[in-house]
Amino acid sequence: MECFKVLNPGFFTTIQDLGRYGYESQGVPNAGAMDEFALRIANILVDNHENAPCLEITLVGPVLEVLNDTMIAVAGAEIQPLVNGFSRPCWSSFPVRKGDVITFRPVKSGFRAYLAVAGGLKGEFAMGSFSTYVNGKLGGVKGRPIAKGDILESGVPKHGLVPKKIRDEFLPIYSEEEEIRVILGPQDNYFTKEAIEIFLNSTYLITEDSNRMGYRLEGPPIKAKEKHDIITDGVVPGSIQVPANGKPIILLKDAPTTGGYVKIATVISPDLSKLAQLKPGDRLKFKAIDLLQAHQVLSEFEDKIGQIKKSLNMVRYFHVRINEKDYDIGLEIL
Amino acid sequence: MYKEPKILVCGDRAIAVEFGDEISKECNESVIRLYKMLQKKNIEGIDSVIPTYRSLLIKYNPLKITYEKLLQIVKEISESKAENQEAVSAKVYEIPVVYGGEFGPDLDFVAKYNNLTAEEVINIHTQPLYKIYMIGFTMGFAYLGGMSERIATPRLEKPRTEVKAGSVGIAGSQTGIYPLSIPGGWRIIGRTPVKLYNPSSQKPFLFEAGDYVKFVRITEEQYYQIENEVKMNVYQVKISDFANHKIF
Repeated sequence: MECFKVLNPGFFTTIQDLGRYGYESQGVPNAGAMDEFALRIANILVDNHENAPCLEITLVGPVLEVLNDTMIAVAGAEIQPLVNGFSRPCWSSFPVRKGDVITFRPVKSGFRAYLAVAGGLKGEFAMGSFSTYVNGKLGGVKGRPIAKGDILESGVPKHGLVPKKIRDEFLPIYSEEEEIRVILGPQDNYFTKEAIEIFLNSTYLITEDSNRMGYRLEGPPIKAKEKHDIITDGVVPGSIQVPANGKPIILLKDAPTTGGYVKIATVISPDLSKLAQLKPGDRLKFKAIDLLQAHQVLSEFEDKIGQIKKSLNMVRYFHVRINEKDYDIGLEIL
Repeated sequence: MYKEPKILVCGDRAIAVEFGDEISKECNESVIRLYKMLQKKNIEGIDSVIPTYRSLLIKYNPLKITYEKLLQIVKEISESKAENQEAVSAKVYEIPVVYGGEFGPDLDFVAKYNNLTAEEVINIHTQPLYKIYMIGFTMGFAYLGGMSERIATPRLEKPRTEVKAGSVGIAGSQTGIYPLSIPGGWRIIGRTPVKLYNPSSQKPFLFEAGDYVKFVRITEEQYYQIENEVKMNVYQVKISDFANHKIF
């Protein structure tokens, strides 16, 4: 069913699910949500499959006209959603009706927010995913960010959906400086101990030259013992390349599947979500952990999502008019 | 080639099995063999595999398969060299190419640079069976091995803003085909009407790492005829078994 008409697309809004897998051997990047945690929670809040396509909003939200009654949820960056000017909370779902206009206030913290629609957004399905990969013109809306005038469609919402909210204790706190956990390698042996110390003990700045393909960092250069080039091999989202200028580049979801620069370390997958909420101008520090610890972190990350699912609070919304003034009231049912 | 393949940890969800630190047929064959065997076995927990010149990147889900179990599977396959040869049999794709003119604007430069005639360049280029070592750089771009040094030519000083899909080019001692229209700095010597990438197809990309490409010269007239057949979806790329080819 038709769900939204795009009145204004925002800064860079694309349709994303959890990404495109199985075609990397043909050079097809994963794409998919930069912040998988937020996308999964947004979907959980409207009873979707966790992999359902959502809108990935970057910095400035879109303006959407609702074409059919449905339920939506917004998670990720703190970007105040408004329905006809009345504010709605993030990390919660709420109903919208035909003719409503959804807008957003500027981002207060974080960088990317996810808007899930009950029934899941639709788009072009390419190689097992709806995710938009702009460089390859794949998925989403004609392989590009949404544009003014686009009509977006969704599946049919489940019957009897109730608005929900995640408990405050699970809300991530976004700051402008994060610690990002990495596993050293696969080419850390190309660097001296001192170079690795510099890498792990410095604060790096995310430069303007950053996007869904990768974040270019500014900070103390890290020099390889001999060369920075290797025979081109496979890379993953999270691979940290160090080209000859010594400035690390973190490859992300839209990065090519192979590369020819040495990789000093790899960001652990749960921390890619944290990284996705850092914007140009923000800072990060790397912390090395080992594989065993990383798999422990991953299990805890999954457990946390399980706990969130089990502990959702119900919310009810009321529209009231007092002394000629309209109010929207949301009540959390404990 | 290393005596034993090295296992490199690439974060919490991938490993690279590295067979050597060289671009060689032997090394790449080990990569392709493991790649094809893993594909065939379709192991729960392995999300995808990326073959490259000298290593295989294996993406896995540690919540479904442990690192130790994954290593054990890789080791078993690597040690069972003799069996399952049929699993690694390769195909040869015949790719029709019209050389020179508007289809290959740099053919004359490549000839002049190497003190050859255009005809000689075409003859040299259509001789080998080119091995597809890996696919990367951009969607469907095959890294081909085996081009003669006699026609090696440096890249353009200023890359073109758009190279048409199907363009066949030379960069240093490499040759390749552009699967999509993208910017590029390779010397373009010809173009194929065959579609290497068809997004609406069940199998969107023609090539697979480990297979071979043979360039066959066609005329302009044939080019337009094939192009038409491709448009009407009736063209079939000639594919043969590598085992039936003479090895150059």
